[in-house]
Amino acid sequence: MRPTLPSLINVLVPVKRSIDYAVKIRIASDGKGVDTNVKHSMNPFDEIAVEEAIRLREKDPKLVTSITALSIGPAKAVDTIRTALAMGADSGIHITVPDNTVVEPISVAHAIKKVIEKNKYELVIMGKQAIDDDSGSTGGMLAGMLNWGQASFASKLQVGQEGKVQVTREIDGGLEVLEGKLPMIVTTDLRLNGENSYPLPAVAKRTLSADPTDSSEPRYASLPNIMKAKKKKIETLKPEDLGLDFTPRLETVSVSEPAKRTGGGKVENVDELVAKLKEAALL
Amino acid sequence: MLSRTLRAAPLRSRLVSHAGASRAISASPIARGVQEITRPAIETPLSLWNFTEEENMLRETVKRFAEEVVGPRAHDMDEKEMMDPEVIQGLFDNGLMGIETPADLSGSECSFTSAIIAVEELARVDPSVAVLCDVHNTLVNTVLRLYGSKEIQEKWLPDLATSKVGSFCLTEPNAGSDAFALQTTAKLDKSGDFYVLNGSKCWISNSGEAETFLVFANVDPSKGYKGITCFALSKDMGVEIAKKEKKVSRARLDRVDASSGSDRLPRASCHSTTSRSPRRTSSERSARATRWVRRRHMSDGQIAIEILNEGRIGIAAQMIGLAQGAFDHAVGYAYQRKQFGKLVGDFQKMGHDFAEAAIKIEAARLLTYNAARLKEEGRPFTQQAAMAKYYASVIAQEVSGAAIEWTGGVGFTRDLPLEKFWRDSKIGGSPRWRNGAGLRSGADKSGAIYEGTNNIQLETIAKLIRKEYVQ
Repeated sequence: MRPTLPSLINVLVPVKRSIDYAVKIRIASDGKGVDTNVKHSMNPFDEIAVEEAIRLREKDPKLVTSITALSIGPAKAVDTIRTALAMGADSGIHITVPDNTVVEPISVAHAIKKVIEKNKYELVIMGKQAIDDDSGSTGGMLAGMLNWGQASFASKLQVGQEGKVQVTREIDGGLEVLEGKLPMIVTTDLRLNGENSYPLPAVAKRTLSADPTDSSEPRYASLPNIMKAKKKKIETLKPEDLGLDFTPRLETVSVSEPAKRTGGGKVENVDELVAKLKEAALL
Repeated sequence: MLSRTLRAAPLRSRLVSHAGASRAISASPIARGVQEITRPAIETPLSLWNFTEEENMLRETVKRFAEEVVGPRAHDMDEKEMMDPEVIQGLFDNGLMGIETPADLSGSECSFTSAIIAVEELARVDPSVAVLCDVHNTLVNTVLRLYGSKEIQEKWLPDLATSKVGSFCLTEPNAGSDAFALQTTAKLDKSGDFYVLNGSKCWISNSGEAETFLVFANVDPSKGYKGITCFALSKDMGVEIAKKEKKVSRARLDRVDASSGSDRLPRASCHSTTSRSPRRTSSERSARATRWVRRRHMSDGQIAIEILNEGRIGIAAQMIGLAQGAFDHAVGYAYQRKQFGKLVGDFQKMGHDFAEAAIKIEAARLLTYNAARLKEEGRPFTQQAAMAKYYASVIAQEVSGAAIEWTGGVGFTRDLPLEKFWRDSKIGGSPRWRNGAGLRSGADKSGAIYEGTNNIQLETIAKLIRKEYVQ
């Protein structure tokens, strides 16, 4: 029998420190952003990406050589990297920027590209979007810059022998299966970590507090792993070290809350309802 | 310069009083006893809100676990008066059952404060789960970790960290407050190969779930408390959990304790009449080794009491978590419900009530974390632990009681967790939880549970004060 060579993959997982999903967002006093003096944690989609990278290795320990977590952010972003390490990533890279620096998606894509050029990665698994700015464009831009294949919004990821990748995506009314070869960018959809059919997505589950026994959720950083993460290496870089310039190209003009809902009224019968609708010129 | 002066004072007074010189000086308030906590000067003193990166991550993990896994099951577990196996499995999976156990013995190898954080966060959601974790970690694991030989540690700690719940069996029907009066005996079999334990224990937390039991028994009653030894037993060595009480002798027994008569008090007897196993591999024998391996001068009864000292900090953590949990629920509710056209929380009296409760919780939290850090630094903490336990259990009862009132009728129902928080706050003072309280007072009667234990905290503090000032 011909021995098949295992493809040894180095996985890069970009993780963003974003405002915690449970925090009530408030508009900052200058009206040009939101109050950032609140609890932050890892962007949930990135958490799914870390989890998926670890599961790839757990399924086949020979397949994945390394998992690196990369974050661009202020000093505190190191916590986010550390969380990824405690979940099971091997090492971290931290590109530091001053507090409250806005790093636009294109700058993030440039930065990830530089890191990939510097080290060697065959697979990038990243969140399809961050829950703070909801841009959802970094993955695509990065694939374009590198001229790599991309599979966005993946709900299932399989990496086979010799770098063959199969990605399942949920599309309207069904599933789409893509096949490609490494190197590749994969962005994560909510349901990616679910092993069976359609378990509830991690983020939705947390906010909707659905069945907690579901195993599709990214793992907790267990206590022993938190302690082990302490010993894992985090490389700290400055944008200049990679020849990067994060100067924003866009200006935020204003940020405002959605219009407040005005309370409804009760009607006694259908006639009254019709009358009210006519009154509001809706009929 | 200032720091130097501060440090010099107690040192000098200690020297003076040791030498037995100058009555005038040793009688002055500056002349403190040896228990005095020194005040080392450091460059940048930090507030008690500072935690290590690991501690913060750990808090995050426990919080998520508590909210996502424990929370949805809390009501059911309370109704059924039993722990959900998935909760216990989750505690093991996340490393919460061997918090301070070394990594090479399958533990998490975290700090003592980490254990305190874990207990606090669990108690915010379900104080019963917090107690299970607390007893397991700060009593069972700690006894083995501090006093067990390497061999014993290797034998018992890995299982305790990964799969087996532990139980600390000290109290007996006639030896609650007066633990040294315990009547369980351990006799060497004729062959000399194993010990036979005889006796029964009661009010044993975790007994329902436990597979590992640390049982205190007397090997030589003629020596009094000096004959007391600790044995490690696995359930299959003949430990019997009394049937009648089995259904209530859970961490869920809080309610029973708090509200019913003594005839229904939970009781789990560890009748281990036939515990036997061969020499050398015998767990009894190895357990006995705990007695002389490390601290020859200390009887195991003393070990029990010394451990209870730090266990108090765990109970304090449980109480602040409980108070915070009740506060979160009730205040959240008060800012949703409207009466007289405005939010209930917006009535000035309510706001002031919230403020007072928040002050109490904050104060208790500072006392607790301060005691934990003192312990971690290896400095005297007995007094601070007693203070933290006393105050935290008082305010837990106050806050959880007030929380029921803030929510009105619905707080009195079992639909909200508030009445459970309040029931559990009562137990915070119960000797069943082995707080040192029960050890020397005669206060383990159900009606006086709370006062009794806190009386003992006062007694402990008072004794230390006396030591400092008496001539």
